[in-house]
Amino acid sequence: MNAAASPLHQAVLWLNDPLNWSNPGGILDRLGEHLEISAAAVVLGCLVAWPVGLWLGHTGRGGGLVVLVSNATLAIPTLALLTILPLTFLGFGRTPVVVALAVFAVPPLLANAYTGVRQADPEARDAARGMGLSGGQVLRRVELPLAVPYLAAGFRTAAVQVIATAALASFVNGGGLGEIIRTGFGLSIAAGGGQILAGGALVAGLALLAEVLLSGVERLVTPRPLRRVRQGAARPRPADATGHA
Amino acid sequence: MSFRLSYRADPGNPWFSWQYVRDNSDTILAAVREHASLTGRAVLIAVLIALPLSVLAYWFRPLAGPILGVTGVIYTIPSLALFAFIAPYLGTGATTVLVGLVLYALLLIVRNVVAGLNQVPPEVREAAEGMGYGRWRRLFRIDLPLAVPGILTGLRLATVSTVALVTVGVLVGHGGLGQLIFAGFQNNLYKAEIMTGTVLSVALAVLLDLLLVLVGRLVTPWSARGVR
Repeated sequence: MNAAASPLHQAVLWLNDPLNWSNPGGILDRLGEHLEISAAAVVLGCLVAWPVGLWLGHTGRGGGLVVLVSNATLAIPTLALLTILPLTFLGFGRTPVVVALAVFAVPPLLANAYTGVRQADPEARDAARGMGLSGGQVLRRVELPLAVPYLAAGFRTAAVQVIATAALASFVNGGGLGEIIRTGFGLSIAAGGGQILAGGALVAGLALLAEVLLSGVERLVTPRPLRRVRQGAARPRPADATGHA
Repeated sequence: MSFRLSYRADPGNPWFSWQYVRDNSDTILAAVREHASLTGRAVLIAVLIALPLSVLAYWFRPLAGPILGVTGVIYTIPSLALFAFIAPYLGTGATTVLVGLVLYALLLIVRNVVAGLNQVPPEVREAAEGMGYGRWRRLFRIDLPLAVPGILTGLRLATVSTVALVTVGVLVGHGGLGQLIFAGFQNNLYKAEIMTGTVLSVALAVLLDLLLVLVGRLVTPWSARGVR
């Protein structure tokens, strides 16, 4: 046991081996898969959740539905969706993985779109109506621009979460950086400890990087006067109650 | 969902099968027990750590940022990575899963308890001070009781997400019902095994959530609306 270096030392050694980066199935390959799967899932989630959330917010109905969706997905293990979806009509391959991850991207996107439209100043809405704008025009020209900071907040939460959960795709051989961790566990802890730790660092680093970058984006699209006021509201509670399970 | 009560096993690969449940009741019960015990212990330990942290953040405002920040960063770390960080040091036992679960639950509890404490109306706080309540007495008699809805929200979120998170423990062989789901997937896509694990896991989450709502009703008889 003592012959082996500490896991941390092993991890540094493992990350310093260029072959571990460039090999087929190496870090670069896995990173590419990870980003592809995550991007597809987030896009799919946006396509579904944003129109629904904006519309529900516009009509002011369906607040209960938004909370229900959040709570329901919180209780479903990602592992379950990842294993069940390939057995449905979706078939094996990348599609079920993307769909499974998209399911968990929906709650933050939906809740923030809904809240974003709901919080629009009623006076602005009334003024727009008074100017003769139709319902669709009010949504497009008044409510949507006012909701942009919320959409960005939802996007950040969803994207970070998808990147985090994409690591679990490795359980169903779906690729991504999680494979590095799983391969490490395939060896023993003594032999694979370094690789496990290195894989964990890569996955965590990617998630934190996404969080930092997207927080920046969120700040950029939030008008300056709103930045301080909105601090509490930027993360509506149900939207943020997302797990990485 | 048709329940075949005949002795012979269904030749197909149904989503639900009593045959499977009956034949494997020992394995299933063991998985449920591990799942429930990991969840219970994790939430309990997380509460014991999170409550003092929340009170610190509430009493000393400058500490609130760092406490919420650190727990927030831990929460951002993907579950698989968190287990990967712990496993090389604690081995592939249930302890690794437990530590990971506790770290995850911390943020959810701390954030909601702090929010709950901050919602205590200033008039109430001042009235308590005027009556000569000290810091500790005010905490236990005024602040914490009034923060119960926040505490309960945190507990519910933490419990439900912990139940789902336990399944990731499959990584080190202690995933509770996740073991069934994963074994079913590897075992030639045995749908009944996957589905049994999934349904029981969701059911456990719902059951514990309802239990907490009930407890909330009991400890806050003054709130007519119950716990939200």
